[in-house]
Amino acid sequence: MHHSIEIEQLYYSYPDGHQALRGVSLHVEPCEKVALVGPNGAGKSTLILHLNGILNGRGQVRVAGLPVVKENLGKIRARVGMVFQNPDDQLFSPTVYDDVAFGPIYQGLPQEEVRQRVEKALAVVNMSDYLQRVSHHLSVGEKKRIAIATVLSMDPEILILDEPTAGLDPRARRSLMKLLENLDITMLVSSHDMLMVRELFPRMVIMDDGCIVADGPTQELMADEALLNAHGLEKP
Amino acid sequence: MHVHFLDPYRPGSSPIHQLDARVKLILTLAYILTAALTPIGAWPVYILLLAWAVTIEILSELGVGFVLRRAALALPFVLAALPVIFTAPGAALIHLPIGPWILTITLPGVERFISIALKSWISVQMAIVLAATTSFPDLLTAMRAIKVPRLLVAIFGLMWRYLFVLVDEALRLMRARLSRSGESDRPDLKAGGALIWRAKVAGGMAGSLFLRAIERSDRIYMAMVARGYDGEVRAAPLPRLSRRDWLTLWLCLGLLLALLTSAALF
Amino acid sequence: MLLAPFLSPQPMHIPDGFLSPLVSIILWVFSILVIAYSLKRVNEDLGERQVPLMGVLAAAIFAGQMLNFTVAGGTSGHLMGAAIATILLGPWAAILVMTTVVGVQALIFQDGGLLALGANIFNMGVIGVATSYFVYRSIRRIAGEKSWGVFLGGFLAAWISIVVAALAVALQLALSRTSPANIAIPAMAGIHALIGVGEGLITIGALALIYAARPDLLRSSKQGVTGGNALWVGGLAIALALAIASPLASSHPDGLEWVAEQQGFLNTARGPLYQIIPDYVFPGISNQVAATILAGVFGTLIVFGVALAVAYSRRKRRLGEVRQTQ
Repeated sequence: MHHSIEIEQLYYSYPDGHQALRGVSLHVEPCEKVALVGPNGAGKSTLILHLNGILNGRGQVRVAGLPVVKENLGKIRARVGMVFQNPDDQLFSPTVYDDVAFGPIYQGLPQEEVRQRVEKALAVVNMSDYLQRVSHHLSVGEKKRIAIATVLSMDPEILILDEPTAGLDPRARRSLMKLLENLDITMLVSSHDMLMVRELFPRMVIMDDGCIVADGPTQELMADEALLNAHGLEKP
Repeated sequence: MHVHFLDPYRPGSSPIHQLDARVKLILTLAYILTAALTPIGAWPVYILLLAWAVTIEILSELGVGFVLRRAALALPFVLAALPVIFTAPGAALIHLPIGPWILTITLPGVERFISIALKSWISVQMAIVLAATTSFPDLLTAMRAIKVPRLLVAIFGLMWRYLFVLVDEALRLMRARLSRSGESDRPDLKAGGALIWRAKVAGGMAGSLFLRAIERSDRIYMAMVARGYDGEVRAAPLPRLSRRDWLTLWLCLGLLLALLTSAALF
Repeated sequence: MLLAPFLSPQPMHIPDGFLSPLVSIILWVFSILVIAYSLKRVNEDLGERQVPLMGVLAAAIFAGQMLNFTVAGGTSGHLMGAAIATILLGPWAAILVMTTVVGVQALIFQDGGLLALGANIFNMGVIGVATSYFVYRSIRRIAGEKSWGVFLGGFLAAWISIVVAALAVALQLALSRTSPANIAIPAMAGIHALIGVGEGLITIGALALIYAARPDLLRSSKQGVTGGNALWVGGLAIALALAIASPLASSHPDGLEWVAEQQGFLNTARGPLYQIIPDYVFPGISNQVAATILAGVFGTLIVFGVALAVAYSRRKRRLGEVRQTQ
């Protein structure tokens, strides 16, 4: 059995010279749920974008047992479900159905199977009634759930979410947390929502200035107030 | 300060940066017009115009290499003029047998082609220097100075304000699409989807970009009204040109005119 | 191989150097007249309330042109946007929006020249919008309030805006004697008949999303603007003129050659004026080769002189800074 995510000594600089990752190493086991926290600009999003080869830094990255190199990118993108912070960027079709069907259609699945995948994914996020709705008119919370469905329809091994609870009202946040809790899948979630991290994620990784500065059980790290303060975080 | 990677403006304090944007815009246009009016095959004039361009590039402290690299990006269009080397009538230079046909390259054809390429190359260099040494707000002032209507200048200004916001939005849309463009492990499946479907998806992305832009513009309008906008586009009066700017303007215009006059002699 | 240039991703933006000064200036004049009239119309019909809408939509069209889709063999299709702008804003505002898009592309990104900007605005803004408007409005009228009118109209408007703009580019290059008519016209027309299909499909995709989310933006009443009838006729006339002129010009390049020659005649009409100036630049040198060499030497000297002066002044400045910090 392979690790879900293996990152060894990853370095990345943006074209403008800004060094965003300075030697990051991280291992995530299958079905593990890991939270990635740290201040803005710590490199969380940059790290996440390496997991399906949108960015390519120096160092080794293996995802779902495959090295992230050009030849594997197609397969990796089918195995990694990446949900971006702004759901509007992910929903660009007239109807919810079209958006959720994008991944399966791209993979070339036959029509009937596409339909099944879409229905299943929407059922998981409790949005089965929204099949023919227009994505544009949904609330932020609904859009978030649909965005998650658009990657679940690809049957991914790993789910990666960037700030899933940002901009949600309390009820939508609560229902999204419930959804994440019930998903039995490897999960790496970047977030500023420390309450959610404490509730849902047994393991926590703190990043600051392009490095991983702490990695361990959430309960332990949350108890270390000095550590949290040093990296611009707050104890929930 | 975060500068968008697409924004060509390179801040600096060189003499070219300090020159008033109005003078720069007019001189750039005058230079390009001079290049356009220079007859085919007037090589000495082309050399002097090129020397002029390189001089400006050195003075601008952008680096000649920087400008030439960017200028190369604009060159592929030159191929559109390539057929002219075969079709311009005149003394034959080379006969190229290609299969059953013989293509004849003519001397006037080659002269015309090289002249067009040179005109294009030196013109784009000056346009690059203008864009790299002048901030967009200054260019807007320059546009007002050359009597571009206020309403149009206001549209230019708002477009610039939201250009990079929307470019980033477009890039995020493409990134989200790419992230879901996966290949199945099943060997019987071919990834990619039908061409028409791909085009429609790209259209959906464009449509969502336009829709969000339209809704954003409603919010912008309300914010403008909240700050007292009454439908009238106002602008501060144009600052006066310094004596140095005037001098540079007339001196350069005079030089270009002199070059053009001498061009007629070749 | 001769087709290669017409396959480049943005063969629509003419750089400087490719159009003769006369063609450039005539097209500038046309464009300025149309822009001035559009500004007047926009002011009367919609008021300056539309300023944020036009500015942001111009930015969106610029950004939307980046959204590509894979066609085959490493090539990709993307949007020009004249048709969708016309459909969303009506023709007058669309002309201003396309002017802004093409203007920023030339001023900031050197996509298209500055002297050639008049021509590029004319091709992508004026006639792209006018023909789109003609096609879209005609089909919407036939279709009534039925949705197929939006989509068929959108597709055909987008297709024709591309083909017509491409034909105009080819004709302008031929008139400038930059590219022979019998090569440029068939090449541009053939390839853009295909590229236009891509534009049409993207436009349908965009319209499908907007129709689903905000059908109010596509209500046909938006199309019946003041002065619209004149533009409708204008669009028809442009489409017809190009449809007739292009095959004629490409099968009888001599005809176009004749026009170009007249123009060449205008250009050389200045000749006699210069004949009073003796046939040399520098006294004593009547040979062009010598003049070229002299210009080369002279040019090099200027460049080196400036380079040295700049290097010297920077060194002095740096020394000054060092002294200040000590």
